[in-house]
Amino acid sequence: MSHGEMTVEEVKKHLRGYYVVFGALLCLTIITVAISYLHLPIHLAILLAMAVASVKGGLVAAYFMHLISEKKIIYSMLWLTLILFIFLMLIPIFTLHGYK
Amino acid sequence: MSQDTHNHSHGHDHSHSVGHELPFWRKYIFSTDHKVIGLQYGITAVFFLLFGFGLMLLMRWQLAFPKQAIPLIGKLFTEDGVLSPELYNQFGAMHGTIMVFLGVVPLGVGAFGNYLLPLQVGAQDMAFPKLNLLSYWVYFIGGVIMLASFFSPNGAAASGWTSYPPLSVVADNGQTFWLIGMVFLITSSLLGSVNTIVTAIQLRVKGLSFMRWPVLVWAQVVTAFLLLLAFPPLEAAGVLQLMDRLAGTSFFLPSGLVVSGEALKVSGGGNPILWQHLFWFLAHPEVYVLILPAVGIVGEIIAVNTKKPLYGYKTLIYSIIFLGFMSFIVWAHHMFMTGMGVTMSTFFQATTMIISVPSIIILTTYLLTLWGSSIRYTVPMLFAIAFLPMFAIGGLTGLPLGLTASDIHLHDTYYVIGHFHYVVAPGSLFALMAGVYHWYPKITGRFMSDTLGKIHFWLSVVAINGVFMPMFFMGMAGVSRRLYDQTIYAHGAAAQPLNVFMSYCAWALAVAQLPFLYNMATSWKWGKKIESNNPWGGTTLEWATASPPPHENFTTPVEVFRGPYEYSSNKKPLPQFVQEA
Amino acid sequence: MSVIIPYIDKPNPVTGVTNAKLGIWLFLASEVMLFGALFSTLIILRSSATDWPAHGSDVLNVPLATLNTVFLITSSVTIVLSWASLKMKNLMKFKLHMGLTVLLSFGFLIIKYFEYSSKFHHEHYPSTSTFYAVYFTMTGLHGLHVIGGIITNLYLMGPGSKMWKTEPERFTGRIECAGLYWHFVDLVWIFLFPALYLL
Repeated sequence: MSHGEMTVEEVKKHLRGYYVVFGALLCLTIITVAISYLHLPIHLAILLAMAVASVKGGLVAAYFMHLISEKKIIYSMLWLTLILFIFLMLIPIFTLHGYK
Repeated sequence: MSQDTHNHSHGHDHSHSVGHELPFWRKYIFSTDHKVIGLQYGITAVFFLLFGFGLMLLMRWQLAFPKQAIPLIGKLFTEDGVLSPELYNQFGAMHGTIMVFLGVVPLGVGAFGNYLLPLQVGAQDMAFPKLNLLSYWVYFIGGVIMLASFFSPNGAAASGWTSYPPLSVVADNGQTFWLIGMVFLITSSLLGSVNTIVTAIQLRVKGLSFMRWPVLVWAQVVTAFLLLLAFPPLEAAGVLQLMDRLAGTSFFLPSGLVVSGEALKVSGGGNPILWQHLFWFLAHPEVYVLILPAVGIVGEIIAVNTKKPLYGYKTLIYSIIFLGFMSFIVWAHHMFMTGMGVTMSTFFQATTMIISVPSIIILTTYLLTLWGSSIRYTVPMLFAIAFLPMFAIGGLTGLPLGLTASDIHLHDTYYVIGHFHYVVAPGSLFALMAGVYHWYPKITGRFMSDTLGKIHFWLSVVAINGVFMPMFFMGMAGVSRRLYDQTIYAHGAAAQPLNVFMSYCAWALAVAQLPFLYNMATSWKWGKKIESNNPWGGTTLEWATASPPPHENFTTPVEVFRGPYEYSSNKKPLPQFVQEA
Repeated sequence: MSVIIPYIDKPNPVTGVTNAKLGIWLFLASEVMLFGALFSTLIILRSSATDWPAHGSDVLNVPLATLNTVFLITSSVTIVLSWASLKMKNLMKFKLHMGLTVLLSFGFLIIKYFEYSSKFHHEHYPSTSTFYAVYFTMTGLHGLHVIGGIITNLYLMGPGSKMWKTEPERFTGRIECAGLYWHFVDLVWIFLFPALYLL
């Protein structure tokens, strides 16, 4: 189903979803700030912070940006971007560990 | 972004009115017609190509006759007429930048992409015409900034087209111009590639499935993806280097850096290798941005002039896609000499060897198309055929550079210069010239002169090999690139006669372009008129309409019935747009 | 004859999307690579530093940044609501939600202004250390994106909304694209916030 052709009822159903996601994002924001005050060991802190950020980002992408029900053409493009993004993220790994 | 949401307010009910009702400046200067924009790109790019070539012609004087005054025009540049080392460095850096970012890419992608892609998919214009207009003018501004840098107090950028820090960060103001210019050029490319991809995917006419796209459309789309996803890291790196230069940050400056005997007063803690990674993350895909439109053009011309379907069309397309994809994971083969470990260099050596496979497949499909066909030796076909061995030399000489062991010897020598110039000059540029000859009748309704074209071709093909072939020998003799005067070294002095020969060939190459320029300019008005709209017997959609095409491209609806290159058994073309009788 | 460009208001039946939507996603894909390069810069500089010059949680104002996070998240909700309002054919509600979005984004910028000026006041500049270099560059570039979004949204709320009368579907599509961009700006901040302020 495309949200390009959504009926008024379907939009209303979506609205509830937006508020739920909004609540979840606020909670996660509090959680991530709270974790930072625990002064955990740095590796754990990075892991947790990035995990929470990924969940938040995932929620935004999936529900606000409607990626949960998108067209194939958009998905295939984003998969390509994701793969190349991973290549880009190899740069730190190569720079930090490739010179030994 | 704001342009993106604002500027596609085109077509539909408030589409622009008929061409001849528009005032001159809307029709030819700020036009939204993809054909006009394509020509604007083309003319600007040719100007920059000549300019960049001119810089090199001056440098070749210094290389051939070190520290002798340039005859006639030398006094324009320096008081004694000798090209100074500072100017030599500036010319070298700007030659590379201009040829790549302001010349070949705008010609291959901006001009040919803009003009032909909408026609070949059967669209009336690009998907976002105003965005298209904007891309051209952003490119134009970027070019003006680059040119303006020559007149800044200390001249243009002088740190090579690669702008490696820390040298580029401590360099004179020209580098700041360079970075700002690059940000404009990158932005223009990004806008352009969004437009290209959307046009090709969304505006296809009925029946034109992906596997019926002409090879040029495929090449342009893959190129657009490369630009779209590889350019942003360089844009980021450009911003970081600007910060280093203007805000005093140390992204690329390590701690304890000493310049001219004095410790540099910066916070330090940066990493110069980071620039190289970010730069080559773009610049390797950029090599394929230079070559893929050329591959597409050659494919079109070979199919038309052999009157045969392209051999292994699908294999060809998959190779182009794979090539584009792999080009993202070979970047560090430019950096073998930065002290990287064995694991990393082995990885990039392996990916580099893998990427040569699709390149060879592309060449092979073209060669097999030629095999057994009755070739029509038109001028574009001559250039297209010459492209094959030239590109092959360029590609194959790259292999020793991709292997770490031999790269140690060849790195940063003239061998490298020879290698990539074979790819870009007699490779890409020959293909682009072929494209000019081939689509000139489409654009103007007139042929370019055949005799002048043949003179242009034969002189060029001889001269260009004379320029670049000796570079391999000089490189293997150990002569480094970017030297102002190689005769100060014994091994350089021994190779100096080659330099003189190369310079004469370069000047001959310049002379060989005169018939081309004359031909291009005069045929517009006085060339032989074409007798039909499809003078070469092309099978793709751009030949379905009048030559030159009307403002809205297609006056009657078009539809596609078959693959791009199909011929009946008696070599009669079966155009995509004609339903079989 | 005039040029006709199809699929500017209705989706292409083959791909199922409009031109603008495919275009904005391609644009966002390139933005992913832009910010990705900056994040990898941060990772490299920080991991290779023997002594990372400053930690965000010590030197930056976390409560203010948290408030800013809330502002951006809320503005993401309001902009999606403004799109939903158009879907329900309610232009007034659209303007209300878009107005809220713009207000919240201005709030974000005002807080950013106070943050920056307090840093400058304490003589912390981009040149002070690699930490501040990364901090100012990344938040600065993100701030430019916020400004771009504000300009777009103001235009769509004001003069741009005239299109609602003539081409409602196309206008809704524009709001959707503006929304996608704005969510992306929010998404970048979601990663910037922990990376710069909390770790």
